[in-house]
Amino acid sequence: MNRLEAVNDFVVKFANVNGSGSASANELFAKAILRMGVPVSPRNIFPSNIQGLPTWYEVRVSERGWLGRRGGIDMMVAMNPQTWDQDVREVQPGGYLFYDSTRPLPPESFRKDITVVGMPVTAICNATYEDPRQRTLFKNIMVLGALSALMDIEPEVIEKLFGEQYKGKERLLESNVRALHAGRGFAKDHLMSPQQQGLGLKVRRADRVGDRIFLEGNAAAALGCVYGGATVCAWYPITPSSSVAEAFMAYCRKYRHDAQSGRANYAIVQAEDEIASIGMVVGAGWNGARAFTATSGPGVSLMTEFIGLAYFAEIPVTIINVQRGGPSTGMPTRTQQADLLSTAYASHGDTKHVMLLPQDPAECFEFSAAALDLADRLQTPVFVMTDLDIGMNQRLCKPLAWDDSRAYDRGKVMSAEELEAGRDFGRYKDVDGDGIPWRTLPGTHPSKGAYFTRGTTRNPYAVYSEAGPDYIYNVQRLMRKFATAATLVPAPELRAAARKTRLGVIYFGSTAPAMDEALEALAEEGIHIDALRLRAFPFPVAVEDFIKGHDHVFVVEQNRDAQMRSLLINELEIDPEWLIKVLHFDGTPITARYITEAITKHVHALAVAPRRERIVS
Amino acid sequence: MTYIAKPRLHHPSLVPNKVGYTRRDYEGKVSTLCAGCGHDSISAAIVQACWELDIEPHRVAKLSGIGCSSKTPDYFLGASHGFNTVHGRMPSVLTGAALANRDLLYLGISGDGDSASIGIGQFAHAMRRGVRMVYIVENNGVYGLTKGQFSATADRGSKSKKGVVNPENPVDLIGLALQLGASYVGRGFSGDKAQLVPLIKGAVRHGGAAFIDVISPCVAFNNHAGSTRSYDHVREHNEAVARIDFIDLAPEVTADPAPGEVFELKQGDGSLMRLRKLHDGYDPTDRRAAMNLVQALSEQGEIATGLLYADPEARDLHQALDTVEQPLNQLQADRLCPGADVLARINAGLR
Repeated sequence: MNRLEAVNDFVVKFANVNGSGSASANELFAKAILRMGVPVSPRNIFPSNIQGLPTWYEVRVSERGWLGRRGGIDMMVAMNPQTWDQDVREVQPGGYLFYDSTRPLPPESFRKDITVVGMPVTAICNATYEDPRQRTLFKNIMVLGALSALMDIEPEVIEKLFGEQYKGKERLLESNVRALHAGRGFAKDHLMSPQQQGLGLKVRRADRVGDRIFLEGNAAAALGCVYGGATVCAWYPITPSSSVAEAFMAYCRKYRHDAQSGRANYAIVQAEDEIASIGMVVGAGWNGARAFTATSGPGVSLMTEFIGLAYFAEIPVTIINVQRGGPSTGMPTRTQQADLLSTAYASHGDTKHVMLLPQDPAECFEFSAAALDLADRLQTPVFVMTDLDIGMNQRLCKPLAWDDSRAYDRGKVMSAEELEAGRDFGRYKDVDGDGIPWRTLPGTHPSKGAYFTRGTTRNPYAVYSEAGPDYIYNVQRLMRKFATAATLVPAPELRAAARKTRLGVIYFGSTAPAMDEALEALAEEGIHIDALRLRAFPFPVAVEDFIKGHDHVFVVEQNRDAQMRSLLINELEIDPEWLIKVLHFDGTPITARYITEAITKHVHALAVAPRRERIVS
Repeated sequence: MTYIAKPRLHHPSLVPNKVGYTRRDYEGKVSTLCAGCGHDSISAAIVQACWELDIEPHRVAKLSGIGCSSKTPDYFLGASHGFNTVHGRMPSVLTGAALANRDLLYLGISGDGDSASIGIGQFAHAMRRGVRMVYIVENNGVYGLTKGQFSATADRGSKSKKGVVNPENPVDLIGLALQLGASYVGRGFSGDKAQLVPLIKGAVRHGGAAFIDVISPCVAFNNHAGSTRSYDHVREHNEAVARIDFIDLAPEVTADPAPGEVFELKQGDGSLMRLRKLHDGYDPTDRRAAMNLVQALSEQGEIATGLLYADPEARDLHQALDTVEQPLNQLQADRLCPGADVLARINAGLR
């Protein structure tokens, strides 16, 4: 049998039962490899449930630094009998299956083309521990120990991680170390032979991580809100966004208490629903505080009436939309980029909203802080469109950066002095030609600058009016403002192919790491494509230029209806023929293999397959 | 329509208050409500209360939902910022505004449709959160702007203008507010300004969530025989629990009424409410007693009015969240942004 052999380049998947304590052991596995200088990219695949249902943790190990999902599993650590058949099926030929052999399984439960490694973990734990809780918890650590021996993961690294995790809890530290070594010992004595030193999948110390950091997008977004100066956060729990508010709370407790008084420089309210969350954010934004909420698609649906009000009454609002799968409850613990249209045009009447599209936690940080600035500058709702894949998985990314000389852009707020000096104030008047009016904050001046905010039409001086020309003035000015937004949002990133090509690809958000890898794989096949990563909506001019500069442009996205493609067609009036859909929407993150195959197929179908001499360079 | 300019005649006899404003400075645009609408009397009572309390008009933020009542913030306090939000959602917007700047006075104006139907959830949660505000429901039991449908506060058996009898039980916002922890609860009648003005003044000086339900007959759709929200019906069935005087910060001792009949309720800021008891066993600091009294009077078909409950020790949301003294909307980057050095340490912890 052909055994898969690989060093620092493989995919391991852990199949567990949720609520069994497997998550922290799995994370240790990933982090230990990372500490050995080898990039990893783990993904939680979990159910909407607290205890008892299947959950998976897929770790991609890639010395070359590919952080997207590759597709295919080289080793399955199958600890969940419920999903056994499916898990065994998923292993690549020549791959490995590690399982708990306490209860013998009939031979037909296995495959002949994979290497099976059985360890009676339950039996060992039952013999070692009295306490049933310990029996379960240490099972995971024993497995980790065995894997570390089989795959050459340095035990000292894991011990150091234990030390950090159980700082000040010596008893816990010791028992974990003991369990780790018990697992290692068993593996050495029973699972390895002089001929076969463990598995063909090995980790070898490298230096490919650099100064990169490892964190979840939701935590990064929360930190972006802390750095960006958010003082009011109103939220309602919804997977996969809840950890944004929770992380904001934790960071604020640490970094946002007044040095002298010890009191809070922030206010966080867990509202009764998403409608109240956005209402509070609207109220705070109207009153000059930087405010945000974090939610997911169903939450945005509930918020749409307020989003329309904020758009039309021109109130700064920041909304972090951690997208999940499906309409309705859909796939609440799976990932998609399927809220693009419903967010871009959220609410009744003619509305359009600014969306930022981060690719990883570093951009979640950067764009959340930027969104607070943009919302103030543009006096409108600004959405940070992240997703479950970025938000709830730890991802390797460049270190978070902040320039201390950076000042918050509070936008056009007229001061008491300016009002006193007799400066003309028309709340909805375009005085600068950019469509953005000036505003005043409540309580500013005793006799000047007060106005009545409403969703109803008014004239440029905020006086109620349902006159057609007043309405048209307003909504056309809002269009002008939207055009201004296109010049202020993060610009798209262009990556030119190694050689001149008529093909282009547009992608964004969590697709980025898989796309990076796919582009290289395609280039190796001789398919050269210029790539443009969108980072925001409305589309800056460069996007239209890119499309028009290519004969065919693929649009890769993670939804059924090609929503980004629709936005491009709609906003840029592009001929639909120009844009070729590449869609992935089963709720798992898109893989490099999927993109490569889809684009290759299309390229052949387009009969633009490169000639042989173009491949051989 | 509200674009009609209001003549700003300053009568020489207009007296300025301690902060230099005359009553006219507290007025707003010309009301576009129907002649005789109870809501206009409430606006007038708000004007009088704010003038008498020497509140600078621009230090008030007026917020409302949607409906006839919610239009009224345009008709008083013209020098204040106002926000006509969305239907039933004023409480959340007010909460956010109050979080942003704790130094302003927040006036929430709503109606029975706005607060008891579509907005009952937000009403309830704002009360239980203890947002410091004056929340006034202008309660007429009917949808005026959409021409006469029953609202959720209409009494069972009450008859609409078209002769339909309401088959459903009413929502009693007073009962809800008491149960949910509002720390100042009163009911007024738009036809009784002598009672309403001190009731509003007390609410303004209150340190937590103050709720006033004001019965305010709709002259267009709910002022006929058979309606339990008509002027005639309310006048006949109005049962004031106490007569109220409101004495601002420096209390003057006037002729003392007989002991045992008067309650002196000190507010958070030191001002005083003086209540002359009209009902035996009435104790405005006893939440349970207030609930019982309201219920008992309601069973007799009477509408209990006056200050029903006040907690002199009330706390608000800012105290619960322990926010800094300075309004959050005034904090600058030096107090909000932890800076690059801290970020470098955070990065180091994520490797």
